[in-house]
Amino acid sequence: MANEMAPTHPFSAANLKKLLASQGIMLAFIVFMIGFALASDRFLSADNVMSVIRQASIIGVIAIGVTFVVIGGNLDLSVGSMLSFATVLVVDLHDKVGPTAAIIIMFIAVLAIGSINGFLIGFLRLNSLIVTLGMLSAIQGLTLIYSGGQNVDIANQGDTWFAFFGRGFLFGIAVPILMFLGLAVLAELVLKGTAYGRKVYSIGGNSTAAAFSGIRRRQMVFSTYLLSAFTTGCAALILGSRVMGSQNNVGQGYELLVLAGVILGGTSLLGGSGSITRTVIGVLILGFIQNGLLLMGYPYYAQWLVTWAVIILAVWLDVASKRGSIFTRY
Amino acid sequence: MIKRILLAQPIWLFVLACLLIFSLSADHFFDLRNFANILIQTSTIGLIALGMTFVMINGNIDLSVGAVLALAASLAVGLQDALGIPLAVLVALGAGVALGALNGVIVWKTGVDAFIVTLGAMIGVRGLVFVYTGEQSFYASNFAYSDFGASSIGPIPTLAFIFLAATLIMHFILRNTIHGRNTYAVGGNREAALNAGIRVGPHMVINFMIVGFLAALAGITMSTQMGASTPNMGRDFELWTITAVVLGGTRLTGGAGSIIGTLGGVLAIGILRNGMNLLQVPSFYVLVIMGTILITVLFIDKQLSRNSTEELNV
Repeated sequence: MANEMAPTHPFSAANLKKLLASQGIMLAFIVFMIGFALASDRFLSADNVMSVIRQASIIGVIAIGVTFVVIGGNLDLSVGSMLSFATVLVVDLHDKVGPTAAIIIMFIAVLAIGSINGFLIGFLRLNSLIVTLGMLSAIQGLTLIYSGGQNVDIANQGDTWFAFFGRGFLFGIAVPILMFLGLAVLAELVLKGTAYGRKVYSIGGNSTAAAFSGIRRRQMVFSTYLLSAFTTGCAALILGSRVMGSQNNVGQGYELLVLAGVILGGTSLLGGSGSITRTVIGVLILGFIQNGLLLMGYPYYAQWLVTWAVIILAVWLDVASKRGSIFTRY
Repeated sequence: MIKRILLAQPIWLFVLACLLIFSLSADHFFDLRNFANILIQTSTIGLIALGMTFVMINGNIDLSVGAVLALAASLAVGLQDALGIPLAVLVALGAGVALGALNGVIVWKTGVDAFIVTLGAMIGVRGLVFVYTGEQSFYASNFAYSDFGASSIGPIPTLAFIFLAATLIMHFILRNTIHGRNTYAVGGNREAALNAGIRVGPHMVINFMIVGFLAALAGITMSTQMGASTPNMGRDFELWTITAVVLGGTRLTGGAGSIIGTLGGVLAIGILRNGMNLLQVPSFYVLVIMGTILITVLFIDKQLSRNSTEELNV
């Protein structure tokens, strides 16, 4: 206690440690940006920064919904195959029933899947890892059954307002970026500024205590899965509209990249902590690492090696600061 | 005795039911050659699942097995022209063990959750595979390599034999050795295990090395079947493996599970795939059915264990 009372120098070891622990990921982000900016002239150009955020927007949009799930103390591994399903659905229906109806049907379908997740995990209290693992497989099968294993595409690509979501610009900024950042701001406001947001934190932090304080945690868990399904639907809009076609497995592996972004931001897998801002930073770090390494001339897959190290180091920093020692004591 | 096993291992009931149903409905199902086929088809997932059982009983998880499989296969096929087959296979197995050790030491020393550590490794090791192979498939120029994959020991295909032998060995280690017993203890209650003087960290590292070894072995056997390796081999295998292990009754929280159960889980997946294939059900439906079964088993397990762990119901 005495330590905290004593006036400490702003750059004392204790303060630096605290800063590193609370803002470590932000500092890492800045270090990465400076490093890449020094190594490549083009890295910090407006064009390049915009294109990185644009590419990261699909993973980023999904990660916003998944952050709610993870803060609530659960996992969602089904978002990758849900993205495949939603993209195939919206692209395939576009020519059959028109864009408006296609989008509405797609959102109804993903929300239905999300509510199955939410029912099994929220109301039946089944383990989220296994349930969403099972759903990953089931939805992948469903996608293949729907499409008959064929790729789908939109015939008249130049002549549909559906192109707006993936290819459009508003005020000179690409629409995917606006959707990503707009959803992020909205989600952060909900999470930090509303009773709903506080309840999400409390069911993830201490589920039993939350139940005793009158929070209907079954409904809460259910709602977080609706949110991750909704943002996955938004990502499918961007992806389908950008490509104007879709393969059956287009979202394969996305669940883990999304989770990597969420974890990198410092949202704990145990639930109860984290934020949308952190997730956005986590997703952007992954995007900038990819882009920076490419600009520096490394092979494409080198980014995955760096991602490996960055994920573990970021979480280690977080765990170590909470534990008070760098290594475990056993 | 049989009744006790069936009650303790409900997945074997499911396996028997599948055997019965497919024997009655599919023409060429009840056939020794088909059973040998099923064993070969399941051996890849099966080998990894044996190791995954240890890691999960231990309270951890390994998501990097699919990538390790691809790396081992690429090394074994890619290096055999330069080093000869035996040395290339040794290097591949060594890589699997080394990556397992790396995962284990990181989990032990940093205290970062195994899910995160191996999620990172899954991405990173896949990157290693692509960097090493230059995104190319490798083909085994020496036919002895692919002949091995097609060979038999007596009536039993060699690959099936390797899987069954590994199953017996792993069962023995889990049931009859100090390491096996401590694996349960650490997964059941890590604090208590520490207080009892069990060296928690080294046991975890050994288990990650075991699953690394078996994933590498699975990569080698798979590449002998194909006579080649591709950089995308083993995609999603971590998911299938975990599915098999959980079907076999191993708890995600650790401390409970068995090799016999895992064998049941692996066979359940294999028989289902094979039988539905013979019935000409499109493979798409198998994915849906597998997912549904996994969730159903989880639900039944929850109902059965509800009495023992009564929790607050709000």
